[in-house]
Amino acid sequence: MEQITTEDFQVIDNCLMIRLPEEVDHHRAGFICENADRLLCRENVCNIVFDFENTRFMDSSGIGIIMGRHRKISCFGGRVFCIHADRQIRRILTISGLEKIVEVLES
Amino acid sequence: MKNEMELLFDAISDNEGFARVAVSAFVANADPTLEELADIKTAVSEAVTNSIIHGYENLYGYGGTKGQPADRSHINPGKVRVQCLLEGDMLHIQVTDNGRGIENLEKAMEPLFTTKPELERSGMGFAFMEAFMDDLEVESQPGKGTTVRMKKKIGVGDWIDRED
Repeated sequence: MEQITTEDFQVIDNCLMIRLPEEVDHHRAGFICENADRLLCRENVCNIVFDFENTRFMDSSGIGIIMGRHRKISCFGGRVFCIHADRQIRRILTISGLEKIVEVLES
Repeated sequence: MKNEMELLFDAISDNEGFARVAVSAFVANADPTLEELADIKTAVSEAVTNSIIHGYENLYGYGGTKGQPADRSHINPGKVRVQCLLEGDMLHIQVTDNGRGIENLEKAMEPLFTTKPELERSGMGFAFMEAFMDDLEVESQPGKGTTVRMKKKIGVGDWIDRED
């Protein structure tokens, strides 16, 4: 299985793009949070985009990652976007209520 | 038809993926829909993760590792047991740990409640188990451990068709 690396985090203009791994669970959450927060502090990031293109599984740890990042940037007017979410990921976003605070873009 | 299996593994986060994949491979015999399999994987993942980080407090991976490999010299020893029973089209899953247990079960079951806010988890573990399975029962004794029992009927059809 492909592991997530620092290459999966990119700052383009004022946007932090995060390409999520195939499975987003507690085991991988620490790495994702740490790298995202490092870039949030260092770069001039306004918005965050979570790219689910390769993601086939996510549990509530993933919800925690998104909620935490949203909390960090929303006080400065930043927004969180989710792209390429398949039906299962979408379902998780709906059940958790996250759909109300992040923007899930149709692909 | 009756079919039973049992897994016993160390309470470290590396095994979360193993547990849910093993359970879904076991359930595959009962011909579940893809959605049911996804639901079961999520529920198992929630239960096992809870045992590891709350039951045994093995938190490594979170914070302080600065991209370095996680320090595994401080892992609290402990095992998580996952038992599955397929009875006809009914799947029973039981996840047991001998960890610290839950002091206030009612509070723990509340969505968004968490005793470890610093981990930035969502507090939705039990809510997800309830949402994705048909039945959820939690038994816990502080200092002794926790048992989570879940039930789900397999092959009922998928939520995608119902929703669309």
